[in-house]
Amino acid sequence: METQTLIYLFVGLSFALYIGIAIWSRANTTKEFYVAGGHVPPLLNGMATAADWMSAASFISMAGIIAFSGYDGSVYLMGWTGGYVMLALLLAPYLRKFGQFTVPDFVGERYYSKAARVIAVICLIVISFTYVAGQMRGVGIVFSRFLEVDINTGVFIGMGIVFFYAVMGGMKGITYTQVAQYCVLIFAYLVPAIFISMMITGNPIPQLGFGSTLADGSGVHLLERLDGTLTELGFAAFTDGTKSKIDVFAITAALMIGTAGLPHVIVRFFTVPKVSDARKSAGYALIFIAILYTTAPAVAAFARYNFIETVQDTEYQATPEWFKNWESIGLIAWRDKNGDGKIQYAAGAPFVGGPSFNGDAGQAGERLLTNGATDNANEVYVDRDIMVLAHPEIAGLPGWVIALVAAGGLAAALSTAAGLLLVISTSVSHDLIKKTFVSDTSEKNELRYARISAAVAVVIAGYFGINPPGFVAQVVAFAFGLAASSIFPALFFGIFFKRMNKEGAIAGMLTGLTFTFAYIVYFKFIVPDMNNAAHWLMGISPEGIGFIGMIINMIVALTVSHFTAPPPDHIQHLVEDIRWPVTR
Amino acid sequence: MSDAPSDVTAAAKRDTNAYWKANLKLVGGLMAVWFLVSFGAGILFVDALNTIQIGGFKLGFWFAQQGSIFIFIALIFIYVYAMHRLDLKYGLDDKGEPDSYDVMEGE
Repeated sequence: METQTLIYLFVGLSFALYIGIAIWSRANTTKEFYVAGGHVPPLLNGMATAADWMSAASFISMAGIIAFSGYDGSVYLMGWTGGYVMLALLLAPYLRKFGQFTVPDFVGERYYSKAARVIAVICLIVISFTYVAGQMRGVGIVFSRFLEVDINTGVFIGMGIVFFYAVMGGMKGITYTQVAQYCVLIFAYLVPAIFISMMITGNPIPQLGFGSTLADGSGVHLLERLDGTLTELGFAAFTDGTKSKIDVFAITAALMIGTAGLPHVIVRFFTVPKVSDARKSAGYALIFIAILYTTAPAVAAFARYNFIETVQDTEYQATPEWFKNWESIGLIAWRDKNGDGKIQYAAGAPFVGGPSFNGDAGQAGERLLTNGATDNANEVYVDRDIMVLAHPEIAGLPGWVIALVAAGGLAAALSTAAGLLLVISTSVSHDLIKKTFVSDTSEKNELRYARISAAVAVVIAGYFGINPPGFVAQVVAFAFGLAASSIFPALFFGIFFKRMNKEGAIAGMLTGLTFTFAYIVYFKFIVPDMNNAAHWLMGISPEGIGFIGMIINMIVALTVSHFTAPPPDHIQHLVEDIRWPVTR
Repeated sequence: MSDAPSDVTAAAKRDTNAYWKANLKLVGGLMAVWFLVSFGAGILFVDALNTIQIGGFKLGFWFAQQGSIFIFIALIFIYVYAMHRLDLKYGLDDKGEPDSYDVMEGE
């Protein structure tokens, strides 16, 4: 069968599966809508958490980023997995014992304050929308490249699917579709990785192939060859980075702590029956996540190696089909600087800025560019986000593998989008409407509000997907920085420091949030020219500043609570209760 | 969320404290390992460890991109097992526990 037919078939089948599950698991009560009734077995919750967590960024972008940044990419690998250790040991079991529906629920009750609850809702909404915009964009990219529809149509289709199962099924529908989506996405990630690992190193396990010798008979290790080639071309070695140690440290810490403070992940631990299940579930989730996360750096190394081998000194006319396919949608570009008709790849920007085509074809048939010239030997522009999607084609794998990757990318983006939309709608219907403004609303009404807010959230997310703020990729730093500097300390103190009172927690959240927000906005939007190590505070980039924001939050919270009245007795008892795994 | 009964005996109080202390000690130990394998081996001491080559990997690089993740998984399961033992020791097995959302509905 044609690759294109296979893609339609795989994507169509996976969508039919998700819709079928949504119909089967329709939610009838708020408890089912918010936390799937609290009856999800820990193993399934682990899978759902993994799908919820691994977004278009993990599936599509991460290996590409590591391919082009080598060791520096470790911040994502350690940051986005190490956070689960914090979640499992410091938060999940206690929040499950507390046993409400949302993260602002905990903040509001523990700090006996509507103000604290509302601040938590604001943090949650900012974090979640930032994230969801990127997911809808990811859906659009996959559709436009693989289904040959326009990006906007892709976003509409994605919105329709998410709308259907998030609005109908709530957490219950989302949980079981996420289980299916995990299976699709992990299979789609591993199959090409295993094929490519065998082709390059002869070892079918990518994690081992990563450290093996090349299958070309040279006896040289893959990483050694890659380091050598990259250094020759003027890049940093794959196993070395270019970021400073303190920045790597701060970014890793911000991503870890941010992970532990992300509302859509935390809320998944409310769906299991018991405290002991919450502990186990975090462990299962990390296993399911690690399968992809330990494969990703191997895929990254294979992709960089394959890319250089295929492209370097190849005549443009002799390049494989994929090179021209991606060039045609503007994610690859080539300017023949030395006029030899061959592609030269080296360090440095090939031209100024992102490619802008003038609509004409050059001598070899390439798309001509209007960008300003740069003074280096590099002739190739390649968007990092395409490496995972293009890799099966680069390696010449069969059509069904390419179709599988398309379905996997969509599963990753849709599962995360649905999880995020759910926490947004829950916090509006439950925390704002029910707990803050209209406390006497009936369960039936609350469920209706939840469905309406889910619908509104889908539409807003779709809007951002179609009209992406030009900075989607940049704002991702927001989500983690804000979660690390606002929500995490409030949760941590709420459990481990009985004396923490509402004054301390609120002051901490506000200063942490304001500081982090201001720092990111300052460097990303106000003075983007000064966004470099020479101007950063202690050499820490906006991506890592959430770590400093968290420290500031904690210092302020501890100081303020020291000078204000301790929390009332019933709150101190509440803290004792959540530390005790069974009912007293 | 029921308030703790006012007639908590001194023994029960001691139990509560001992359980929490043991819990903190366990979590503290595991978090120390968590810090060492990621921020330690993967970042702070990566250059020193990179002088050691195991198979095709420089050791520091391996910790940063592979090893730390495997150890994270082990840490969570050690925690699950050790907490289960601790719960049994204090008679806190939650096997017979009612689902707390069902309890909430009864309130």
